[in-house]
This record gives sequence, structure tokens and C-alpha cells, in this order.
Amino acid sequence: MSGKLALWGGAGAALLLISVIVSLSLGSAQLPLAHVWGILWHQLPMVGDWVRADWPLSSETIILEVRLPRVLLAILTGACLALAGAGFQGVLRNPLADPYTLGVASGAAVGASFIILFGLQAALFGVWTIPVVAFVTGIVSLILVLRLANIHGKLQLETLILSGVVVQAFLGSLVSFMVSLSDRVVNEIVFWLMGSLAMRGWSFAYLLIPFLTAGFAVLLIFARTLNLLALGERQAEHLGVRVTRTRLVVLVASTFMTAAAVSVAGTIGFVGLVVPHLVRLAAGPDHRLLIPLSALFGGIYLLWADTLARMALSPAEIPLGVVTAFLGAPFFAYLLRKNKKMARA
Amino acid sequence: MLHVQDVSKSYGGSAVLKQIAFSVRRGEFFGILGPNGSGKSTLLKLISGVEKPDAGRLVLEGKPLSAYTPKQLSRILAVLLQEPLPDVGFTVREVVEMGRYPYQNWLGEEKGPSGALVDAILEKLDLTHLQHRSLQYLSGGERQRVALGKVMAQEPRLLLLDEPTTYLDIGYQVQMMDLIMNWRRQTGLTVVAVLHDLNLASIYCDRMLVIRDGTVRAIGTPAEVIGSDLIREVYGARAIVVEHPALRLPQIMLQQGRDAHGSFETND
Repeated sequence: MSGKLALWGGAGAALLLISVIVSLSLGSAQLPLAHVWGILWHQLPMVGDWVRADWPLSSETIILEVRLPRVLLAILTGACLALAGAGFQGVLRNPLADPYTLGVASGAAVGASFIILFGLQAALFGVWTIPVVAFVTGIVSLILVLRLANIHGKLQLETLILSGVVVQAFLGSLVSFMVSLSDRVVNEIVFWLMGSLAMRGWSFAYLLIPFLTAGFAVLLIFARTLNLLALGERQAEHLGVRVTRTRLVVLVASTFMTAAAVSVAGTIGFVGLVVPHLVRLAAGPDHRLLIPLSALFGGIYLLWADTLARMALSPAEIPLGVVTAFLGAPFFAYLLRKNKKMARA
Repeated sequence: MLHVQDVSKSYGGSAVLKQIAFSVRRGEFFGILGPNGSGKSTLLKLISGVEKPDAGRLVLEGKPLSAYTPKQLSRILAVLLQEPLPDVGFTVREVVEMGRYPYQNWLGEEKGPSGALVDAILEKLDLTHLQHRSLQYLSGGERQRVALGKVMAQEPRLLLLDEPTTYLDIGYQVQMMDLIMNWRRQTGLTVVAVLHDLNLASIYCDRMLVIRDGTVRAIGTPAEVIGSDLIREVYGARAIVVEHPALRLPQIMLQQGRDAHGSFETND
């Protein structure tokens, strides 16, 4: 297990580093990779002076003030969403679960739009207002979806996703209604809703870090328990697992991370679906691997999706949610078919 | 080992178990039999601690069952279920290692090394050559052996069996029961088994309990319990009881349900 983790973790870390450097160099002003590397290295304490600063100051400003916060935010958001997906899938034993398909992201969006619409961004808990409210509405919609899908105490695979769609449609109309209420802030909400990481600055990245750290720690602690749960609820129960408590904690932690990601970046779909599946294909079903690797590769995945979003039609930007849905929805269709086939066999 | 004291349980107003009482001695193989819907599965759920009785109490090793935490309980008591393990990508060895969960702290560490224990279990169950194979590529019989391996890794003192041979053919049924008997001989394990098959129960049980409609109908050794009157009363089936030619234990042979007049016989 630890050998596998070292292998995939090492490969992932290397890939992440390369992705960061390449993504930083791409943009309306193309910067040479060597400069990017040099600027980043220069920021390191102690060893920073090993490189000579032979790049223009403007490059340094672009990298450090404009592109780096965005890159970091993409990585953190991707990690949050992928972890939330891994958590939902593990605890619901449903391969199609994801913050987006479960309607949790939409629930969080309702709370966040409400705050934006009425300009309450700093009313309750300062900078934490949007994430906290998004978390509360996200939990409420999760409860709603689970209630709706729970027939005779059993959660059916398709019923759960169908309930997610229903709740999502309802919540979506709520958001649209809020958008229609006000002309002034329409663009702000609409753009935020479609998912974007543009013009966010450092403060948003700082906002995500505590959410990600806490959620990641909780899921990691429950990794072995999620493994037992994969064998079935009764199997886990007879090994001394408190199933109800595990469910509750993992669902709350996953919603927590979803709410944070939605608060800073809007609704970005299917990341939590695609990433854990690819990790599972490569490294197997063990949650002790799946959870850290999902965080790592979720970061890489969203970093590239965001790079695509800002580069493909440059200087115009494609909303990030559009890019991830474009990649993720066909993948969802593929998984649905695969699971159907397996159920029949 | 285990005392069940006047335990009752009902679901949604209808009583499933009514004042069941019996005791299981240490090292005994104790069978629970009864027709479908008799409450035997509910009884097993109560003994395994996943459900609580409405009245009465269960005492395990001198302590009420409710006084154990789930982890403490699963170090004493393990359950082998009838449902086969699902199609998951875990390897045989990983699943057997999951049986060590009750002994691990929250970091997944155990006080002593458990690798040798897992090796010995795999060897005993003839799974060593399959240990790195994923569960989804195993046959039903192999999968049930893995489930047994996981339960053995729990090192319980009381094993509960929930019709563990339901989905196996007769070759694997006997193999499974023999593996359990072997384990029992070596460790002095106590076994409480819900069984479907009266003939299998007769061969393996020291004592057995027969329930119907949530009440105890008979309790004793197979020779004391198994008789054509009881089978007619409890199962509503006509059967001839004969003696096993080699083991000198009662075995039943079924007859068609119609009597000479062509009408169905019932127990009412």
C-alpha cells in the first residue's frame, strides 16, 4: 500500500509541479518557462538567492499577483471537489455520486446567491459568511435528496441520482428567480454561477485552505472505515464500525468542502465524479490511497480545465463550469452505461 | 458464554420474538432452526448486537451485551453472513486484513504485528495462491472462504453464522462447515448458527433450538429434537426420520405433501 502511495503520489506531485509551471507561463503574455521557474524559485526562503533575477519586473508581477493565486485557487478547488466526490461515493456506495449530481453544489449555490443578491457578504461572519451559509443550504439540500431517494430504507443507485436531478432543478429555479429580481448584480451572480476562477486574488485561496485541510483530515481518518463499508453495511457493522456515525461525519465533511468550493468558484460540475474514478482505475479501490490521490489529481485536473478555460478562446474566457461539464458529462454517461451493464451481468 | 434472558422484539407493532430464553455453553456448536419468518434472523441480529431487544436482556461472558462498545464486541463476537462478499476491487489479502479492524487504533496501527496471523489464515483456507487476486475474479465458494478468513482474523471467541452455506453447492457446503469445525477444534470457539438445513444441523450441532412464530418449540440435542411430529408441527411438512448409517444421527427424508385423500396437510 505505502509503495503504491509513494509511486502514485510521487508521480502526481511531479505532474502537479510541471502543470503549475506550464500553466503559469501560458496567458496573453507568454512567458518563458525558465523565467517562471526562476521567479518561483526566487520566492523560496534560504535557497532563493541561488538564481539571478534576469527577468523583467513586469513578469514577476504577472506571475505572483495575477496567475499564481488563480493557479493555486484552481488546485485547491479541484482538490475540494474531488475529495467531496470520493467521500460521497464511498459512504453512499454509489459510483455516480458527486457534489453536482447529488444537488449539494446547487444547494450551496442557493445560499451563496442569496447572500450576493442582498449584498450581505460580510453581514454575519465576515469573509466566512458565504461559505457558512452555502454549507447550511448545501446540507439542507443533501438531506432533501437523501429523504427523497430513501425508499423502504434502501438507497437505490438510480433513485438517488434522480432525486438529485429533481432537487437540483428546483434549486436552480430558485437561483434564477433571485437573478431575475435584481438587474444590478445579474452579471455577478450569473458569472459566478457558471463557475469561474478569474479575478479572485489571494484572499480566496486563503479562504479555502482551512476547509480543505479539515475535510481532508476527516476523510483520511475514515479511509479504513470506508474500505469496510465497501463490503456492505452489515459486514462493516459486524467489524465494529458505527455505520450511522460514519455516514453522518463523512457526508458533513464532503458537504463542507463542496460549500467552500462553490463559495469561491461557483458550481463546477463533475470534478468529483471524474477524478476519483480515474484514480480508482489506476490505483485500486483502497480509500487510504484514493483519498490523498483524489486531492492531488483533482487539483491537477481543475488546473488544466481552468487553463483551458482562459486559453481556448483568449482573450475571452469560457466559464470553468462549462469546461468541466463538457468533459465530465460524457464521462458520466459512460459510467452509467457501465454500471447498468454490470448490474445486468 | 451467552445467556438469552426472556428476550422480546417487535417491529411496527407485530411481535417477532416472544420471551425467548436459552443459554449457550462455552465451546458448544449451537444451532437455531425454524421456518421462514419464524424470527431466527431477528434473534441473530439481537445476539450480534446490531439491534436491541424491546424487553429482556442478553449476557455475553458475564456482561450485558449493551455494555460493550461496537469495537469491544467485535473482538469477542464475529458474524459470517450468508450474502456473498460484493464485487469490489480489494484483494483477498486486503479483505482478510480488514478483520483486524477491531484491534486497530484510529491511525490503523495495531499493538503487535498481524502479518503472520493473516499468512496462517490464508494457508489454512487454501487461499495463499489467490492472496493478491481481486475479489471480483473469485468463484462463490472461494469468496465465502475469504469471508471466513476475514472473520477468523477477528479472533473471536463466539462465532455467529447466518446460514453461511445458502448460496453454495453441497461440495462447498460441507467444505465450509468442516473448515469451521476445524477452527473450532483448534481454538475452543463457541458457535451459534442459524441453519436452514435440518440434516446439516443434525450432523454439526451439539444442541439446537427450534423456533416458530417467535417462540421456542424445542431445545436439545439433535437426537432429542428432530422427530417427524416436530417437523410437521413446525414446518407443516411430512417427513420420515431415519438414522444416519455412519454417524448414528437423525436425518430426515421428505414426503410429498398430499395425503392419501389428495388434500394438503397443514399444521393448523
